Amino acid sequence: MVYYFNFDPVWRGFGKLLDGLALGLEMAVVSLLAGTLIGIVCAHARLSSSALVRRAVWSYVEFIRNSPILLLIFFVYFGLPEVGIYSLDKYQSFVLTLSIYAGAYLTEVFRVGLVSVPVRYVEAAKAIGLRPFQRQIYVVFPVLFRIVLPSLSNNLISLFKDTSLATAIAVPELTFEAREINTYTFRVIETWLVASGLYLATCYAIAFALRLVERRYAVIR
Amino acid sequence: MDGQQTFWQAAWIARFALLNGLLATIELSLLSIAIGTIIGSLGGIALQYGAWPLRALLRIYVDTLRGIPVLVLILASYYGLSLAKIQISAFTAGVVALGGFCGAHVSETVRGALGSIPIGQTEAAKAIGLRPFQRLWYVIVPQALRRMVGPWVNTAVEMVKGSSLLAIIGVVELLLATKQVIARTSIVIPFYLVACLAYLLLNFAIAQAGALLERRFSYIKA
Repeated sequence: MVYYFNFDPVWRGFGKLLDGLALGLEMAVVSLLAGTLIGIVCAHARLSSSALVRRAVWSYVEFIRNSPILLLIFFVYFGLPEVGIYSLDKYQSFVLTLSIYAGAYLTEVFRVGLVSVPVRYVEAAKAIGLRPFQRQIYVVFPVLFRIVLPSLSNNLISLFKDTSLATAIAVPELTFEAREINTYTFRVIETWLVASGLYLATCYAIAFALRLVERRYAVIR
Repeated sequence: MDGQQTFWQAAWIARFALLNGLLATIELSLLSIAIGTIIGSLGGIALQYGAWPLRALLRIYVDTLRGIPVLVLILASYYGLSLAKIQISAFTAGVVALGGFCGAHVSETVRGALGSIPIGQTEAAKAIGLRPFQRLWYVIVPQALRRMVGPWVNTAVEMVKGSSLLAIIGVVELLLATKQVIARTSIVIPFYLVACLAYLLLNFAIAQAGALLERRFSYIKA
């Protein structure tokens, strides 16, 4: 079988692909930040003394982590208007879903992180008279962030890959644009080669950049 | 409570559509997990012990598939394979993509588990005169299995969740079946909740099976 490669239609749409890539990255970063907030709060709740709070957060985490994200995307996008919330457009709806999704995973990450902050740091902070809030901000968080940083970068990469699912509700990110090109030009192999290449390159770039950040903030042992 | 009534009626009418969707999801997941596990076991062993050209090839396979979103893999396999004059259904294209993706993840798991067994074990096995295959089969694998179970279960759960992406290329699995029922009945939230619960149960079942396996293999204390 002879196949003639013709990348021209793909290069003509390359700008759109890049726009889609940027949109995907943006949505991934916003979701990671929101998810981090949710994760920190829920991780503290997960270690709370109240069994009810612990149970509630556990249900949230397990419910989200065991549901397919595509289902959650449809759930939020088509479900919210059912209960009278019409104010979210497809971008906001997707970012909301991805944030809730990231939050569940990051809750576990931060819970493990919080547990592995050495107790004697907190004791030392108590000994010099810091109040609980100060202990968290000045002592626990700096250590915590160094511990969870590798997990955060893994999460950012998988969130970026998950933004491809936004195509299902017609958010014009990379996969959506690639599908458009595919449909209009039928340059199937070329389109998906380029799209895959872009995803791969971005994932490796993120991994590399965050590896640098990790090294910058590495704990000296 | 009129809405409530309608939901139960609609659910009763849609029961076979939803059940068939659930069956398709189970079938897809089992197939892709099975394919992925076979690829992954061989791939992982080759990654750990193979000659370097084989290792390099497998590294490219593993790192490429893990760096591309599953959805892109599914679309590429769906549109790409048919272009290569391979006539397959959306279902098969999906299994190919999911199985390949699962294989990459399991390869990495297997390689990691094999690599984590202390070198002393291999040396001891050599010392009592076991041949390479015997060393692997009787000494390394039994210890590595226990370390594989956890990540393998996670991958299996990811595959069940990933099978929902085939809805986009028109495989009527649980998610698409649910969407079709919703399109017919306009009852949105209850049906999505039902689908969520079904996935939840499926994944809990896998997690339970994983815990059982883990206990089964835990006779070796670390």
